Amino acid sequence: MEQNLLLTYLLFTPVIGSVLVLFFRNEQKQLARWFGLIVSLIAFVISLVIYFRFNPTNPQFQFIYQVTWIKSLNISYHVGVDGISLLLVLLTTFLTPLTLLSTWKAIEKNVKMFTFSMLFLEAGMLGVFISLDIFLFYIFWEAMLIPMYFIIGIWGGERRIYASLKFFIYTMFGSLLMLVAIIWLTVYASGMLGKFTTSLVDLYKVGPTIPHQIQGWMFGAFFLSFAIKVPIFPLHTWLPDAHVEAPTAGSVILAGVLLKMGTYGLIRFCLPLFPQSAVQYAPLVSVLAVIGIIYGALVSMVQTDMKKLVAYSSVSHLGFVVLGIFAMTVESVQGAVIQMINHGLSTGALFLLVGILYERTHRRDIAFYGGIAKIVPLYATILMIASLSSIGLPGLNGFIGEFLILLGSFKSSVLNSWWFTIFAATGVIFAAVYLLWMYQRIVFGEVKNEELKHELTDMNLREMIVMVPILFFIVWIGVYPNTFLKLTEASTQSILQQVGTYTVNLLK
Amino acid sequence: MPQNNYEYFLLMPQIIIGIGIVLSVIIEITSKKSEQILPWFSIAMFLATAVYSILDINRNFVLFGGMIEVGGKPAIFNFIFNIGAALVVLSSIDYLKKYGTYYGEYYILVQSSVLGMMVMSGARDILMIFMGLELMSICFYVLAGINRKKFSANEASMKYFLLGAFATGFIVYGIALIYGTTGSTSIQNLSENFSVYSTNIVFILGLIIFLIGFSFKIATVPFHMWVPDVYQGSATTVTGLMSTTGKAAAFSVLIVVLTAVFGSNTHNIVRPYFATISALSMVFGSIVAISQNNLKRMLAYSSIAHAGYMAIGLAAGNAYSIAGIIFYLTAYAFMNIGAFAIISIVEDENDSRVDLNSFAGLHSKSPILAAMMALFMFALAGIPPLAGFFGKYYVFVSAIQSNLTWLAIVGVLSSVISVYFYIRVVVVMYFKDSVEDFKITISSFSLAAVVIAALFVLVFGIVPDTLMNVITSVIR
Repeated sequence: MEQNLLLTYLLFTPVIGSVLVLFFRNEQKQLARWFGLIVSLIAFVISLVIYFRFNPTNPQFQFIYQVTWIKSLNISYHVGVDGISLLLVLLTTFLTPLTLLSTWKAIEKNVKMFTFSMLFLEAGMLGVFISLDIFLFYIFWEAMLIPMYFIIGIWGGERRIYASLKFFIYTMFGSLLMLVAIIWLTVYASGMLGKFTTSLVDLYKVGPTIPHQIQGWMFGAFFLSFAIKVPIFPLHTWLPDAHVEAPTAGSVILAGVLLKMGTYGLIRFCLPLFPQSAVQYAPLVSVLAVIGIIYGALVSMVQTDMKKLVAYSSVSHLGFVVLGIFAMTVESVQGAVIQMINHGLSTGALFLLVGILYERTHRRDIAFYGGIAKIVPLYATILMIASLSSIGLPGLNGFIGEFLILLGSFKSSVLNSWWFTIFAATGVIFAAVYLLWMYQRIVFGEVKNEELKHELTDMNLREMIVMVPILFFIVWIGVYPNTFLKLTEASTQSILQQVGTYTVNLLK
Repeated sequence: MPQNNYEYFLLMPQIIIGIGIVLSVIIEITSKKSEQILPWFSIAMFLATAVYSILDINRNFVLFGGMIEVGGKPAIFNFIFNIGAALVVLSSIDYLKKYGTYYGEYYILVQSSVLGMMVMSGARDILMIFMGLELMSICFYVLAGINRKKFSANEASMKYFLLGAFATGFIVYGIALIYGTTGSTSIQNLSENFSVYSTNIVFILGLIIFLIGFSFKIATVPFHMWVPDVYQGSATTVTGLMSTTGKAAAFSVLIVVLTAVFGSNTHNIVRPYFATISALSMVFGSIVAISQNNLKRMLAYSSIAHAGYMAIGLAAGNAYSIAGIIFYLTAYAFMNIGAFAIISIVEDENDSRVDLNSFAGLHSKSPILAAMMALFMFALAGIPPLAGFFGKYYVFVSAIQSNLTWLAIVGVLSSVISVYFYIRVVVVMYFKDSVEDFKITISSFSLAAVVIAALFVLVFGIVPDTLMNVITSVIR
């Protein structure tokens, strides 16, 4: 097989960067900041190179590199990307430098350690998306908990210890059950294939042959782990705590990329490894997804804290993604992938914007604000665009994802009912209610607090540099989504084909 | 089988330590500078033995008419015992000075206990096992009370002695029953004629009593009562030694005895036993550790839980699980010795500063100690890619191979519980500000021991093959 080192360079750039940053002195804050930014930009450039060399018509994994790591268990360092993971890799490398840049003023405490954690986290996330060995995947999946835990715990808000512990234990609970399932699967596969293997490509052949009842348990174990990460209702309770207590950068990465690891896992593992169970449980999962959409939206509506509002809106938006995945049509799954990117961009932008206000006033309660359009017009405009993108206004990115998901779920033969679509569509309306209402209360009307006039200043150059690229892609995806849909089409079809061949009988 | 006059050469690891003990006694008697010489001398002996054992690993023989095995599995255990003991001695040098309790006996006793362990791991005869066990245990009883001016140390020593003697009584009684029914103490004989003996209820009773005695020694529920008080009261570095190498020695015996049983395909009679105590230990250890504020006590309960994880391997009882247990024991030795060494650095001469509050804000007092402690805690919690994770992974795989998936699930659930108390240490070190204002004097020897242990934890985590290949090569 042809070996390609590009992905390895991509993965090891932040790893090496994070190790190097440890050798800085504590006082060299500015140097650590620049260093982190440059390392993450290098990673972004490498991911762009991969993007331009990627062949979107080929549904197979590309840029494969495989070398034996643990011989006694036949585990190899095996990486590669298809269209779906490539998009998420790009999202990761795109958001990381921007979040690093956004924290230049907000993070003053222990900058060195913060940069270390962020780069380490980036490596972990990239590893999750590019691993083609289920064991390697698990290691990255777990290892990236540590930096996130520190980011929430050290630089977070008042209840940061509670939030970070809850985050850690909640996720650990799901992933350890998944570990048992992974071991069971590999032991089973070693009986089938005659060798102990953890390679995903081999396991794809074995998974669907697992006896029906056991497959249900396996699906359950994997699903639970991913559902906690997404999070799917009713496993979402760690999310608001983690989001609210995390520093802005933490929230952006958490919402932007970490949650996508859950939905990515559903696409990459749950569907192709256990197709029969996935089809069997699809209606049940979709009910949870729809409940999540409506519940998240309703809870968002009554929040008085801006950050919490955006956090709960994530539950709602991710519900769409899960619905799209389990509708299992080409449109809906592609829509789900695009929606993953969209949510990363628009919710990331919203968290950044909340962070910008918070940096200036140290208040996040909506009631405190009002009429800031007169004080910070530029900020108000950008908040408008980000909110509208999150609502799903046609012409901006959110619309494309939600439309494709609703369209796909409507004609899905797996769900076989349009009630899902109808209820999910109400989520779009609710989104408009809570976001526009928040916007109205913050931006319009008379200036409520006199102190706002002194404290608030409009966005500075650095903040603009952070926001403009995100807005650029928000518009790009909205106007010409083909650039991105094209990437995922072949890969999506190949996954659905894998599901389809094993479940033909079930659907009749 | 080698010629008789070669047999002594093959026994070289035990001989090195034996000569070391004698020379240490002479040094202690004759030299005024023994306080400076002895620690380094014993470290040299340990390293020589460890290196010799590993180099000699492929010369695997049973010597003296089936009494003791050299090379192979015993060689790996010798490596664990000796490297572990060397690290403990390194971290004890300044610790003993801090307490003002330098006694030359300390190093002699550590060496003697290691000799006992080496006899245990090599023994192929039940009486040899007993000899090694007694040599190790008696040294431990004394070592536990080495801070003899401390009330808690005396209590620990006494408790350990009484309960340990009780357990030993069990083992002797088991041996008596086994000998009474089989007329032999040879494990070889046991394994060859197991199917004949296993019909005899008295023999099975003897075997079970023997196993119960060793369940005391590896500290599994419900035979764990002595662990928290003894671990808390003993000198910290000694606890590091007892909880790792002592446990490894007891496991080495169980592996040898049970291999005799596994070999004849009738391990089903002990599987329910080990599955039960393993599940109980994991759950009990993890849950009770949550409420501990004293770090030594917390690590004591965590050690009960870890014994439970390792006992999964005993319950699974396939070739893979033995490799898994040995890997786990090695990883656990380095994680725990490292953690106890850090506690021994932080604690002061009044036996205080061993609770969670003393670790608050350690990050700002000593970044390196905090980082190392965090590493050990994450490793003990089983977060990849650190050595502790692979230990758990190997035993879980063996459990699932033996259709004990439920045990693996109990294992991961108690891992989740255990994450809470390990992470709590990280929380206080990094997220909380210091409560007590004191300055830590970091001994460079102890720090060296910590760093070496951390390196092992990292290396065995990132490239587990380095260790696993050696283990599988001797298990075949």
